[in-house]
Amino acid sequence: MADPAAERWLNIVRLEKVDMTFGRVQALSQIDFHVGRNEIVGLLGDNGAGKSTLIKIVSGVLRPTAGKVWVRDREVDLHAYSVRRAHDLRIETVHQGQTLGEKQPLWRNLFVGRQIVGRLGFIDVAREKQIADQLLQEAIGFRGQGITAESTVRDLSGGERQGIAIARAMHFQADLIVLDEPTTALAVNEVRKVLAFIEGVKAGGRAGIYIEHNLAHAHEVADRLVILDRGRVVDQFGKGEVSLPELTRRMIALHEGETRAGS
Amino acid sequence: MPGRESRRISLLRVEGLPISFVLLALVAVFMLAAPEVFLSYRIYMSFLVSVPPLLVVAVALTLVIAAGEIDLSFPSVIALSGWILAYGIHELHSPWLALLLALVAGAVVGFVNGVLVARVGIPSIIATLATQFLWGGLTTVFSKGLSYSISEVEELRMWKLLVGRIGPFPVQALWALAIAVALWFVLNRRRFGEHLLFIGDNARVADVVGVNVAREKTRMFVLMGVMSAFASVLLTLENQNFFNTQGSGYLLEVMAAVFIGGTSVFGGLASVIGTVVGSFIIGMVEAGLVATGLEGFWVRAVVGVVFLAAVIGHLVIEKADSGGALLRRMRGRLGLGPRRPPRQHRRTTRGEEQ
Repeated sequence: MADPAAERWLNIVRLEKVDMTFGRVQALSQIDFHVGRNEIVGLLGDNGAGKSTLIKIVSGVLRPTAGKVWVRDREVDLHAYSVRRAHDLRIETVHQGQTLGEKQPLWRNLFVGRQIVGRLGFIDVAREKQIADQLLQEAIGFRGQGITAESTVRDLSGGERQGIAIARAMHFQADLIVLDEPTTALAVNEVRKVLAFIEGVKAGGRAGIYIEHNLAHAHEVADRLVILDRGRVVDQFGKGEVSLPELTRRMIALHEGETRAGS
Repeated sequence: MPGRESRRISLLRVEGLPISFVLLALVAVFMLAAPEVFLSYRIYMSFLVSVPPLLVVAVALTLVIAAGEIDLSFPSVIALSGWILAYGIHELHSPWLALLLALVAGAVVGFVNGVLVARVGIPSIIATLATQFLWGGLTTVFSKGLSYSISEVEELRMWKLLVGRIGPFPVQALWALAIAVALWFVLNRRRFGEHLLFIGDNARVADVVGVNVAREKTRMFVLMGVMSAFASVLLTLENQNFFNTQGSGYLLEVMAAVFIGGTSVFGGLASVIGTVVGSFIIGMVEAGLVATGLEGFWVRAVVGVVFLAAVIGHLVIEKADSGGALLRRMRGRLGLGPRRPPRQHRRTTRGEEQ
């Protein structure tokens, strides 16, 4: 990425008029969305608003039914776009819920999808384990807790799992880190760690998309808040443009509007 | 003390070790019960003839089950490829071409299974049940239900290379061993194998970490088909005969070998070494029981008992493992064991002052 031309971009990712339908369900319609360089975008919205669908398009898991996607201001060929391609473009995602193979050791989980292989295509297990141990001890702070590269995921707590998933994203030096509800089901001190990590993303000159139900957390860390409702972008606020009570009122109003429309 | 606890290696976790003790115990029992048979090397040489076809299929099926799928069609491949081999040798007079065609047939069957499961989306138990009927039926049609004697193969270089003898030692045992070693590396040291483990563990996770689930599953079924075909080649050449139903006895035995070996019924965990040992246990019980003077009728019942005991044993070991983790956490909570690091200083800067 030392190519100077490649460095002259404004937005790490941009979506234009993106539609996504599952059968007869319109999950996203006419979405315009972008994340600037070194910007943390908080994505808010009720369940089913389309937040996870949107980030799955960004991370290459889903292919949109219509629309265009740019990465670093270059249009992406959506037919060739995939998780692997997103990784190559240095977009890392920590998905909601399970993102680790429960029965697999941590070293496999950290490297699956981009294993370190030798010339003959065999996985360099010793090296993967060594790097994994280093990550566990230094980056994640599992020092002294008896967790090693050989530990299995199902022996870990929810917070520890999230730590692994985030460490995986960190290790691969992403320019954009996507976090889908990373703090759900975490204890308070673990939530603090995740928020500190997001601040670290910002401080490191990178960009992030952060999906969160907890408005206070989103309000605290995001540079810009984007609100989705039933597959559409309905509102955007820059940092400081809206107070937390105001934001809360707005979200409750949206939610009530939705229940009224539904009944 | 970082990691001290986890570095204590549990012997039970060494791949294939617990089940190897079961095999040794079984040999010991048979030695006591029928010393005249089991203290002579001959019986072991005969195992090295009868076990390889079973072992080759079982090791390949281990990878399929690791990925959370199943293949029920291999008995038909054992029949179909055997017929192709016999026909090719007999009618085309070209043993190498016959061998190649037999293996290609296995690949085709596997590819069809792969497409049905991974692209069309039919559960593998249903798809491969259907193809087992299809290919088995076609084999009967092609062979008109007749068996084929190919006793002339004993003169062929191919025969000597695949199922010949080095002194009393059957060459097919070496082929089976080589395949087991190769597939151990495929499962544990190749991207493909790791992808299969993640697919079996949780296909959704495999998808989001960038595994091409459909492609890997298709490749896996092709591998399974080719290995079934190779097993068929070993069997047909050894017997110097093809018969229509030569695959049907293998279905349950192969699956038993895999599960006795400790591969998880739920996918995501698999042991190639365990399967190798499991194959010998299965291969040995029959000969052993007959030698000890028990009626042959007992064979299946005893296999059932060994099977159940092994699966329960694996479950117990697995539980003990996660119990260890629980213990670790409890010790951590109570301040007995490895402790959490001292609390970090409270962060002073927050987002408020921007």
